[in-house]
Amino acid sequence: MSTATAPAEHLDRGPLTRDELAARVARDIPRGSYVNLGIGQPTLVADHLPGASGVVLHTENGMLHMGPAARGEQIDPELINAGKTAVTELPGAAYFHQADSFAMMRGGHLDVCVLGAFQVSAAGDLANWHTGAADAIPAVGGAMDLAVGARQIFVMMTLFAKDGTPKLVPECTYPLTGKACVNRVYTDRATFLVGPEGAVVTETFGISFADLAARLDVPLVAGPAA
Amino acid sequence: MTVRICDDVDAAVSGVEDGATVLIGGFGMAGMPVELVEALIRQGASGLTVVSNNAGNGDTGLAALLAAGRVRKMICSFPRQSDSWVFDRLYREGRIELEVVPQGTLAERLRAAGAGIGAFYATTGAGTLLAEGKETREIAGRAHVLEYPIKGDLALIGAHRADRMGNLVYRKTARNFGPVMATAATTVVAQVRDVVETGGLDPEAIVTPGIYVDRVVKVVPTP
Repeated sequence: MSTATAPAEHLDRGPLTRDELAARVARDIPRGSYVNLGIGQPTLVADHLPGASGVVLHTENGMLHMGPAARGEQIDPELINAGKTAVTELPGAAYFHQADSFAMMRGGHLDVCVLGAFQVSAAGDLANWHTGAADAIPAVGGAMDLAVGARQIFVMMTLFAKDGTPKLVPECTYPLTGKACVNRVYTDRATFLVGPEGAVVTETFGISFADLAARLDVPLVAGPAA
Repeated sequence: MTVRICDDVDAAVSGVEDGATVLIGGFGMAGMPVELVEALIRQGASGLTVVSNNAGNGDTGLAALLAAGRVRKMICSFPRQSDSWVFDRLYREGRIELEVVPQGTLAERLRAAGAGIGAFYATTGAGTLLAEGKETREIAGRAHVLEYPIKGDLALIGAHRADRMGNLVYRKTARNFGPVMATAATTVVAQVRDVVETGGLDPEAIVTPGIYVDRVVKVVPTP
């Protein structure tokens, strides 16, 4: 049997749905990690972390051990997440102010941060805060702090924009959030490791490695299934 | 100087001068001292520089101060939100200046102002648009950006409860910028839901010691 490196090609199915993608990311979050989930799609990852995972969620507006979204009577305008949605607290939760919350981040105390992206480069540069359009109002929030702070940055995104252009690129054309900060890119069509060695494909969904390589402008390395 | 317990929010914001730098607590509406900001509108100071995480939500609080045309410049991390229409309009009409600062850098620049730190280097933002024009230096193999403190003339913060010494406790994620802003302004005003007698707060649980607080005003939340 060959042990040659090859990504796992899942050809008997289509691209991952949003929920399947969230579940795929959740599977790679080590048990007991301290994790920050970015605004938008990454928040779905929380729904796929098993209760026994021991994962503690950090929200940058000042809380550890955030619980699920609040419903009905639980809704408290003073208990919100970074997306300003009402959430709940789990036993063992802690509150802290903004300087502490970001010291936690920059100080390398968070294990994993999952972020959305407009673009990621093969070297791990991240663009997710600003389209650079002339009439766009720039708003960065905690994105740049998270990008440089967490020990591992996972990006979760569709591989192609609505107009079909790839979001995994040789060089980001949108303004950068951070340089060489992303470790892994989870998309609906494939999972990539990115960094100084370039983009390594570990698995594909509904597309072969060869077809994937043909659709991206980034040289791809066929990596071992993760 | 010991804290003054004010009878109303108007007394609490008296003396603000045109052109002042005002730190306003809150993350969205959590911890936003809405009634103090409304009093600042009545007080009338204009040409303000406002430092706050967001640039107003809906039509109340900071959004109302912006709508009243009192703010020359916003320093914030995340102005653009689904309900920031007041700021969005002023910005697009070129009627307000904007300095976008990464959220953690904003907090740390405030902390530095309150802690007597002259400047600091942080990895956040290195190699991005937000580092342009700033000194960048490699430390321990990583690019760092030099950041300076942000000091306020006035801080308006929302806390949960105070005692008559000005010690403050907060509630849940409404704590956010309150404790750092309380250290970083010449005059610090806290609106709280309740003022208890001295000794009525557990000293172990106090988040902002009264030394930082100049004025406290009780605001009963309107249901």
